[in-house]
Amino acid sequence: MHYSGFRVIKEALTGHRGWGPAWRDATPKSHYDYVIIGGGGHGLATAYYLAKQFQQSNIAVIEKGWIGGGNVGRNTTIIRSNYLLDGNEPFYEFSLQLWEGLEQELNYNAMVSQRGIINLIHSDGQRDAFIRRGNAMILNGADAELLTTEQIVARYPFLNVNNARFPIKGGLAQHRGGTVRHDAVAWGYARGADKYGVDIIQNCEVTGFQIKNGVCTGVETTRGFIGAKKVASCVAGSSSRVMGMAGIRLPIESHVLQAFVSEGLKPLLPGVITFGAGHFYCSQSDKGGLVFGGDIDGYNSYAQRGNLPVVEDVCEGGMAIFPNLGRARLLRMWGGVMDMSMDGSPIIDRTHIDGLYFNGGWCYGGFKATPASGFAYAHLLATDTPHKTATAYRLDRFAKGGMIDEKGVGNQPNLH
Amino acid sequence: MIINHPILGPRDAAEFVYKGDASLINRPDWQADDAAERFHEYGYLRDNSAGLHRELWFHEQGDRSWLVVTRDTTTHEITKVELARDVARAEGRSR
Repeated sequence: MHYSGFRVIKEALTGHRGWGPAWRDATPKSHYDYVIIGGGGHGLATAYYLAKQFQQSNIAVIEKGWIGGGNVGRNTTIIRSNYLLDGNEPFYEFSLQLWEGLEQELNYNAMVSQRGIINLIHSDGQRDAFIRRGNAMILNGADAELLTTEQIVARYPFLNVNNARFPIKGGLAQHRGGTVRHDAVAWGYARGADKYGVDIIQNCEVTGFQIKNGVCTGVETTRGFIGAKKVASCVAGSSSRVMGMAGIRLPIESHVLQAFVSEGLKPLLPGVITFGAGHFYCSQSDKGGLVFGGDIDGYNSYAQRGNLPVVEDVCEGGMAIFPNLGRARLLRMWGGVMDMSMDGSPIIDRTHIDGLYFNGGWCYGGFKATPASGFAYAHLLATDTPHKTATAYRLDRFAKGGMIDEKGVGNQPNLH
Repeated sequence: MIINHPILGPRDAAEFVYKGDASLINRPDWQADDAAERFHEYGYLRDNSAGLHRELWFHEQGDRSWLVVTRDTTTHEITKVELARDVARAEGRSR
């Protein structure tokens, strides 16, 4: 069914009896050409592009719980492509371009809002670093603009520009960045994939892999064995658990990242503000809540909930730069489990087991990467070669010295 | 989280810095024939277990000792705290 304004009016006049389910609740077949493990944003996007762009068929997405119930439902919805390194920036810019056409592509309202993102600058050294990053972005086809303090104050008059420790000395803006309705991304890709015949199988947990003579031929699940020519893991947050069943140790630690939302307020924040020096960033949802977050808690966790010291730290950072935040009450907070990789960058690659592929290590930047991750992973699955924007995301880069370390902090996952 | 320090008693985890898997105590022999491969595993690969996890915490805002904490990564419950020094000695790492 095609969604449109006309359709909404027609359904409104006929008692909304014509809406069908957006995707089928499929039961698993005994064999597929492709089995994608993980019905999150990345897994569903992979299935969609595999079916549509690369014209493959006989595809299943299997999901332990319900689709979109993991990190695509737990993030702070920001999209941007403001990276420095050559291994990253073309990929994230490709992703932002896919976001720009996503709603027409999927015929689904994902509420893509290019309201702009500003990274605040507090010192001469930081300005130099941000200018360098802005130039790298422009060289890779992205947009970037260096803003003065006055330009920032004109847009955000309530920011504390004279903080004693971190006075605001300008900012690096990416006007094409913004926010997207996160759940709608999962639902839109699910509906799109379903339209091309992908089986979306929920409540189906992988319990093991069938591997014979170094070839993966299927997965054991709670709903029985499912054979497959190619098995693609796409379960960031639980990557080590799933790949561990295939005997693969990963360069990844799982960490908990908390996020917060205030009570609904009148429009206050027109775009996204990041106060990196104070470990705080914030945007305002269309419903009015201030959506904000900061650092990961910093210890291995699969608990999907964090602890109070980080709550205090994030709120202190917010109050330092954004004093009127103190007038709002915190409505909800939650945690998501991140694949923190050893260099802070993701992995999209084959494994040493034929027919078994891996996508993960997204740290806390997975949401913005959803379209390009799906596209690049589908490219890899269909052609067995990496997509041109994802050639650096190799699993063996830690052994070969090809790390993509944006911050240059080394193999300490909780510092990325 | 409260870490029950073997010497100082219960302390807030915020006083500590987290390092990672306690296997980092077992630094490979740099003269071994397969040292490059062992150091790759040591530096980059992790079990990353869901459940009981032995991990290193440094008491930076306290007595600056290193601890080996056994903690459940699915509940954050801490079940055992040892001085890393004792653990390393028991494994023959230090004399």
